[in-house]
Amino acid sequence: MKILVCITHVPDTTSKISFTEGDTKFDSTGVQYIIGPYDDYAIARAVELKESNGAAITVLNVGGVETEPTIRKALAIGADEAIRVNAAPADSLFVAQQIAHVAKDGSYDLILMGRESIDYNGGQVHAMVGEILGIPSISPVMKLEIEGSKAIMSREIEGGKEFLEAELPFVAGCQEPIAEWKIPNMRGIMTARTKPLNVVEPVSEDAAVTYGTYEMPAPKSGVKMASSVDELVDLLKNDAKVL
Amino acid sequence: MSIVVVIDSADGTIKKGSREAVSYATQMGGDVIALALGDAPENELASLGKNGASKVITVAGEFHSIQEAATAVAEVMNNVGADTLVLAQSAKASAIGGRVAVKQGASMASNVVALPDTANGFSVKTSIFSGKAFANVSLSKEKKILVVSKNVVDIKEDGGDAVVEAGSVNIPDADKNITVTGQEKASGDVLLTDADIVVSAGRGLKGPENWGMIEDLAKALGAATGCSKPVSDMDWRPHSEHVGQTGIKVAPTLYIAIGISGAIQHLAGVNSSKHIVVINTDEEALFFKAADYGIVGDAFEIIPQLTEAIKAL
Repeated sequence: MKILVCITHVPDTTSKISFTEGDTKFDSTGVQYIIGPYDDYAIARAVELKESNGAAITVLNVGGVETEPTIRKALAIGADEAIRVNAAPADSLFVAQQIAHVAKDGSYDLILMGRESIDYNGGQVHAMVGEILGIPSISPVMKLEIEGSKAIMSREIEGGKEFLEAELPFVAGCQEPIAEWKIPNMRGIMTARTKPLNVVEPVSEDAAVTYGTYEMPAPKSGVKMASSVDELVDLLKNDAKVL
Repeated sequence: MSIVVVIDSADGTIKKGSREAVSYATQMGGDVIALALGDAPENELASLGKNGASKVITVAGEFHSIQEAATAVAEVMNNVGADTLVLAQSAKASAIGGRVAVKQGASMASNVVALPDTANGFSVKTSIFSGKAFANVSLSKEKKILVVSKNVVDIKEDGGDAVVEAGSVNIPDADKNITVTGQEKASGDVLLTDADIVVSAGRGLKGPENWGMIEDLAKALGAATGCSKPVSDMDWRPHSEHVGQTGIKVAPTLYIAIGISGAIQHLAGVNSSKHIVVINTDEEALFFKAADYGIVGDAFEIIPQLTEAIKAL
């Protein structure tokens, strides 16, 4: 089985978000980058499937050279090889086109990624890749087992979860509790250094949206502290007017 | 210009988010056509006219796969000559939109939090970094797809009834490529993602056996129950209740956090709430900085009192 895992390179979840150059650019000063948490579930599940069913895992990122430490981390966790599409991830459609192009060449049985990135939160890429390739896209997947050519899954739906089956190949957007996040061990980190990381140039495609300016939310005006339950109820009733 | 709005329903009722989406589309201007896929509450459909829809098109089918839904949506858009698609935020809205965007060559934005600015092209404000910032996004293609967050517009109620008609679309069998083998409802009476009030608790509750008082408070308020990530990781509560960056993102009118310290990953799931109440023994808890109202004290004393006070209102 060949698995393609697509990862994002995003600011750590604890990062302070700010913008620079007249609020037109994310300020990466002092920001730690990580594998997107949902993508981290995808890679963890891929490694588990490799251990249980046998699989070759290719990890893919669309990004500049600065994403290579993040890609190496995915290799350290257990991916066998990596591909970096050498382009800034302009928008969801652009990224989906790059992934679909790589996927067409590689004839993968399964394409895994996070349900969404945690920077732009679009949640579109898995669907776009599925549509471009003409295969199912299933998200958010909370459980994934492979039996022969069939996948047995559960996915989140409004108000609960649904159990389903689909034939390979397809694209899945992953979320917890599909797997436990894996921390690379020393052996993984050492072997990751020599695993192949191939850089390919993007297929030329237009982005369909462009990002203009960024804004921060208005700051909270300050918490009103109640000294008793009665005072709290009064605030909710007469100040917030929600009771 | 005509706008298609996809309607979601659950338990025989049209979702509030869908009525908001119709109202949003109506404020954009143009002819608004509501599209109800699969099981829809027939007796409620005409009332989408009150929210601004001129017509409701129903399409029968199961729509288990995103592909089926996307094919139907794209075909209805073509049939009615729509250039815009609006969806209410849901577990599958961005996925349906994503596939339609490829089919239609459309520009798409998710997590839209304001009406479009059309003074110079077409741009929308979207929430990014899990609600920690906003981006103004320009949609350059002729066709546009917007996935609208909750509570962006007030629901318009002053329209008349809409015409309801059955639409026919041709969905290839190849799109019906998923077999659903069962469903499991999340616990609780109120759906977390739709709730107007959410009562959430964390490790401060000390153990799963203490959730009775949280459920009592939620019941008194007609609220849904949520929890922090450590709580669902320890299996004190199901994953479906995990509110936060990698769990459910909620946007209720009132969010009550009990015994939750307020880690940034938790805040990312709640920062779209209108009012936040924090109840914590630790007055230094980070969450108070993100709260509108707070009370320092022991949840085991405060929660039963609060429940009684609310019942007495």
